[in-house]
Amino acid sequence: MPIQYYIYLALALFSIGIIGVLTRRNAIIVFMCIELMLNAANLLLVAFSQMHQKIAYAANPAATNGIEAQLFVFFIMVVAAAEVSVGLAIIVMLYRNTRSVDINFLNRLKN
Amino acid sequence: MSNLIYLVPLLPLIGFLINGLGRKFLSKLMIATIGSGAILLSFIISVILFFDVKATGGKVFTAFTFINVEIFKIDFAFQIDQLSSLFLLIITGIGFLIHLYSAAYMKEETPDHYARYFAYLNLFVFSMLLLVMGANYVIMYIGWEGVALCSYLLIGFWFKNNQYNYAANKAFVMNRIGDLGFLLAIFWLLLKVGTVSYSEVFSAEVLAKLSSTDATIITLLLFVGAIGKSAQIPLYTWLPDAMAGPTPVSALIHAATMVTAGIYMIARSNVLYHLSEVTQHIVAIIGIATAFFSATIALKQNDIKKVLAYSTVSQLGYMFLALGVGAYTGAVFHVMTHAFFKALLFLGAGSVIYALHHEQDIRNMGGLKKKMPITHITFLLACIAIAGIPPFSGFFSKDEILAAAYAKNPVYWVVGVATSMLTAFYMFRLYATTFLGKYRGTAEQEHHIHESPKTMTIPLIILAFFSVVAGFVGVPNVLGGSHQLHHFLAPVLTTEKGLHLEHSTEYLLMGITIALAVVAILYAINKFSKNPSLNEPTGLGKTLANKWYVDELYDAIIVKPVLALATFLKNIIEKSGIDGIVNNIGVFIQYAARQLRLLQNGQVASYIMIMVLTMVVFILLWFYDSSILKLVAKLFY
Amino acid sequence: MNLVQILFWFLSALTLFSALMVILSKNPVHSVLWLILVFFAISGHYVLLNAQFLAIVNLIVYAGAIMVLFLFVIMLLNLNKETEPKKNIWMKLAGTIAGGCFLISVSNVIYNAQTGSAELANKATLMGKGSIGLIETLGKTLFTDYVIPFEISSVLFLSAMVGAVIIGKKD
Repeated sequence: MPIQYYIYLALALFSIGIIGVLTRRNAIIVFMCIELMLNAANLLLVAFSQMHQKIAYAANPAATNGIEAQLFVFFIMVVAAAEVSVGLAIIVMLYRNTRSVDINFLNRLKN
Repeated sequence: MSNLIYLVPLLPLIGFLINGLGRKFLSKLMIATIGSGAILLSFIISVILFFDVKATGGKVFTAFTFINVEIFKIDFAFQIDQLSSLFLLIITGIGFLIHLYSAAYMKEETPDHYARYFAYLNLFVFSMLLLVMGANYVIMYIGWEGVALCSYLLIGFWFKNNQYNYAANKAFVMNRIGDLGFLLAIFWLLLKVGTVSYSEVFSAEVLAKLSSTDATIITLLLFVGAIGKSAQIPLYTWLPDAMAGPTPVSALIHAATMVTAGIYMIARSNVLYHLSEVTQHIVAIIGIATAFFSATIALKQNDIKKVLAYSTVSQLGYMFLALGVGAYTGAVFHVMTHAFFKALLFLGAGSVIYALHHEQDIRNMGGLKKKMPITHITFLLACIAIAGIPPFSGFFSKDEILAAAYAKNPVYWVVGVATSMLTAFYMFRLYATTFLGKYRGTAEQEHHIHESPKTMTIPLIILAFFSVVAGFVGVPNVLGGSHQLHHFLAPVLTTEKGLHLEHSTEYLLMGITIALAVVAILYAINKFSKNPSLNEPTGLGKTLANKWYVDELYDAIIVKPVLALATFLKNIIEKSGIDGIVNNIGVFIQYAARQLRLLQNGQVASYIMIMVLTMVVFILLWFYDSSILKLVAKLFY
Repeated sequence: MNLVQILFWFLSALTLFSALMVILSKNPVHSVLWLILVFFAISGHYVLLNAQFLAIVNLIVYAGAIMVLFLFVIMLLNLNKETEPKKNIWMKLAGTIAGGCFLISVSNVIYNAQTGSAELANKATLMGKGSIGLIETLGKTLFTDYVIPFEISSVLFLSAMVGAVIIGKKD
């Protein structure tokens, strides 16, 4: 598939994530939108990886060009998993303190 | 030989440093010895130099390169020639006598003030020597500024009296006005001919480069400097006020030496002045106007030092008249004779003031003839000298000036003779009121009056001797002399023309002058010895006593408007303008901060919104900077 | 239009629709379920691109572990449609416009990039072929060239775990 299809797809997915972050006040939904954006980035990385692979593949089917991108995706997933565990713990704390998961109430934490 | 030359200004400088730095622990005797000794040594070297110059002519000695830039080069050089060696003698000779006199006159001061006094005096002599010895206008300017500084310091020597400080400020400010003219003249000279050294400026090929307009501008600017320093109209008012300083200072700085710096400068630049007829006329007119104007003021002054101060201004006017009519020798001659008799008059006045415990009003004096015989005799000799009675020194120099003035324009002569008559009158009014008649103070005060100590009377006697005989170096041809001074100075004063008057005319002029002076003297003695005018003057006399209200006039036309402008700037421009801008900037920032604070509302959503919008802006700027610039260009041009 | 293309368009549409439903659903639980669908669709994309390992990992880690964690928290906090905070309609509009601006500006940049320069023009991805997405190849690279980052990421996990426990502890 032409690379720009993947770019537009990832861009659309990323923008939906942004709009979600901007329009929703539920901290968990906001968090999920962040995951959405991360996945958009992952998808684009994999697409680029295969784009580079295609150039080298014609000459040598066993070439490993573009493998770094897929490893990056792997590490992003690792970090995302760690981030989710901490983030959800924070949300639980927020709820415990404010009885709500509304991000606009986060300013109550300043006192 | 050349090392000796450097010693001349160096010795007073060393004296200044020792007295200035050691004023806390030197004894009074040490201070006086160091201060006077330095000048005495300078004087001895000056005498050696004088005879050397007389035998072999002038030379230039370069110490080091002072300023060296691409377009010009200025050496720190000394020029010892006929003119400067004569001035060296006057400065160090009279300077030494006055130092000696001061040692007794100032003895009531505490040691550190005593040392301060001698340090200033030595610094003054150093600056004055620099002024006359410099081989170019820049060195002269350094000395010029130095003497102004010392004059300021010495006028305000008793700085605890605020009136004296104001007088010092006045002298300094007025001098600054003149100095600016001098400075501009130096700049103009550098601009037009690229050199300030006398030997180069006065050479024929450099003079050829100067147009007559340039010559007029330079000479006029130099003259502005001379007006400030030598107290001519309109900048003369500082000199009478400068009498706030100790009397020996008045004698040295404000009579004998510093105020003659302007005459020295113009005599030195006679080649330049010769190029500009206009400037010469202006110099002559200002000189004669000052001479007459200040002589009228002197008629009604009651402060012994003020009379002498106006007399000094008047005599300086004579010298400028001489310079204006091209009688440069006459001017220098008069500087010399005037230095002797005016220093003597001031020192005599100082002696009187000292004896009367700082009484300066002549209405409270009288009858001092018997109490102070030496002071009386020397003062009388000086008065005769200044009145121009032959064969005293003042006669010869004044006569030469008047003869030259007559040759140029008889009107100058008429005003000059009138001034001469006024001079004789007010000097003998002063003499008669002070020394003749009866003492007008209380009997107890009278009891305390005594002749001054030897260190004060010896300088008086020496100066009196010179006041009497100094004129003989310039006896004119018409009286059977050969005018040695004229021949001596001829190599420097190259542009001076000889006098072409019939001998009979000269005799007539002399006769009229002497006759009028004698009449004035006799009238003054007759009028004031028996019954001096003690009442407040009225009518014209009151105007004269108030110095023609010139100070008030300056106050009204210069000081008041400047102060009004300053008040306006302070109250209107400063308060509402500059202050307003500053305050409004503060108010605006506070307001903006209060508005911007609303952005920091703690709402995570709005932060993210701003972040996203900023990202959009940056993306657009990053990728479309050229198109955005084009759009902006289209919108605004 | 071959099978790969059909699958691509279908999965793309599914991804975008599900993503939209994530942010449009009122009920957080529904959002989570839609998000899981997004992950499945993306895993489908990975399969099409022959990134088999990442497709499986995506399913296991995201759809399996992370989303379960989300669901678990939502249910723990007892969030539902009624507890959903109400948001100002103007804020929603502003957020949508801001996101739209982002979308338009970046797609404009990409459009210009693929027409104006050779950077992206006539570039395509390799579909269903190539060995880099296979576990064997990835594993070899991961445990040779990237073994230190891999080990460090385990430390990251450990610290995240400690952090989560500390934060979540009841004082």
